[in-house]
Amino acid sequence: MAKTTTRAPILEQESSGGTIAPVAGQSEPRDRPLSEFIALETVGLDFYYGDFLALADINIRIPARRVTAIIGPSGSGKSTFLRCFNRMNELLPGARHQGQVLLNGNDIYALGVDVTEVRFRVGMVFQKPNPFPKSIYDNVAFGPRINGFRGDLDNLVEQTLRQAALWDEVKDRLKKSAFELSGGQQQRLCIARTLAVEPEVILMDEPASALDPAATLKIEDLMADLSKEYTIVIVTHNMQQAARVSDFTAFLNTEGGGEPAHFVEFGPKDQIFTTPKDKRTQDYITGRFG
Amino acid sequence: MPRTAFEQQLHELEDDLLALGSMVEKAVLRSIDALKRRDHVEAQQVVGDDKLVNEKRFQIEEKCLQLLATQQPMAVDLRTIVSVLHISVDLERMGDHAEGIARVSLRIGDEPFIKPLVDIPRMADLALDMLRRSLDAFTRRDVELAKQVARDDDEVDVLHEQVYRDLLTYMIENRENINQSTYLTWVAHNLERIADRSTNIAERVVFAATGRMEEIGASMY
Repeated sequence: MAKTTTRAPILEQESSGGTIAPVAGQSEPRDRPLSEFIALETVGLDFYYGDFLALADINIRIPARRVTAIIGPSGSGKSTFLRCFNRMNELLPGARHQGQVLLNGNDIYALGVDVTEVRFRVGMVFQKPNPFPKSIYDNVAFGPRINGFRGDLDNLVEQTLRQAALWDEVKDRLKKSAFELSGGQQQRLCIARTLAVEPEVILMDEPASALDPAATLKIEDLMADLSKEYTIVIVTHNMQQAARVSDFTAFLNTEGGGEPAHFVEFGPKDQIFTTPKDKRTQDYITGRFG
Repeated sequence: MPRTAFEQQLHELEDDLLALGSMVEKAVLRSIDALKRRDHVEAQQVVGDDKLVNEKRFQIEEKCLQLLATQQPMAVDLRTIVSVLHISVDLERMGDHAEGIARVSLRIGDEPFIKPLVDIPRMADLALDMLRRSLDAFTRRDVELAKQVARDDDEVDVLHEQVYRDLLTYMIENRENINQSTYLTWVAHNLERIADRSTNIAERVVFAATGRMEEIGASMY
């Protein structure tokens, strides 16, 4: 849908050219994304709940195979923004949007796009672990099965559980109920369930807020590993967590009084947490408001 | 939403740093005064008081660590605390330089000076001025003043070079001058280091104010 208003600037990181794949023997700088490897992008995105404009004119480009953290005060629209990337908001009555949401350059809201396919490609992990009332094995195998997976399912389940750093803890009880696992293990199982359908992007909405510190750190380590292969976008109200896990951080804010949310600043996390450019970002991350 | 308690702690931390700066400034002044006046009692006091400087520095370091551990400071707060940590180390080392001068003064004892002390007190004045202004720049987060302090280090370096050449000449002229000349070059070296450390503080001011880590004055030594 065409918009006639002036566009907000695209929040994008500067690029110095090159390839995103690490050169053998060299580690790639994690704060140097390249514009040609943008996994997710919004163009003039407005999002409404009924008449209420929650997000206004959002233009952001999220680098591939990096962890991008969205921070902001409660009610600033972080989760709403996240859910735009896998069309989860469509499930809410009255929700609608204008503008584009691009996954690898293709509009996921375009006519003819299969929403199920979008959700396979853009997986999501929620605040509270929500395993299915099935065995550990069946939780992981569920997605591939309904996807018509024809290969070696046992191997897929093992590899996926290894990727989620859970295999060693569950390999002797795969047929046990997922509910027998601890909260942290359940959350890693949910991550494994997401990984099993080979997504490109993993959205995480406060994935560790219901977990104890040890389980939280395991999830954070896992995110660092997974970001070598997947694009991760995490919403968190825990700034220390954003500082620990993200390569890039975006600050979403609303001026209050029913004003829609917008991104104030987006940049490499080192910049956001040590030398933010905008005073509002500085005030928020130093705890002066929010 | 002001963080009253945290802000109060940050203010106290900066006040502690300035108090340490003041202790160090006095130590340098007294060490030079003791040297000029052959006041061995004062020199001994400077040596003895250095432990108070060290204690103050550890106290500041501990407060910094507590704030880092308990407040998870970010952005300007983080830069302030890290800068205070660095500056307190530089100040404590300046205290050691003052102690060094006092010890030299004790070694020279009552032996008459081989030449009137002119350049060394001038070096001390310049170095102390740099110290005062670097801390002033920190309090005001004044980047321009910090850069001026760093530039002033060149003048101290030139004087240091001059003192060194002078004393070398005295040594060449008369071997009996070697002992005292060597001691006085140590004094000049200590003063030169004090000026350099003021430049370090100036660099921390730039960091605290802007987040940029840059060398703003390269010493000749």
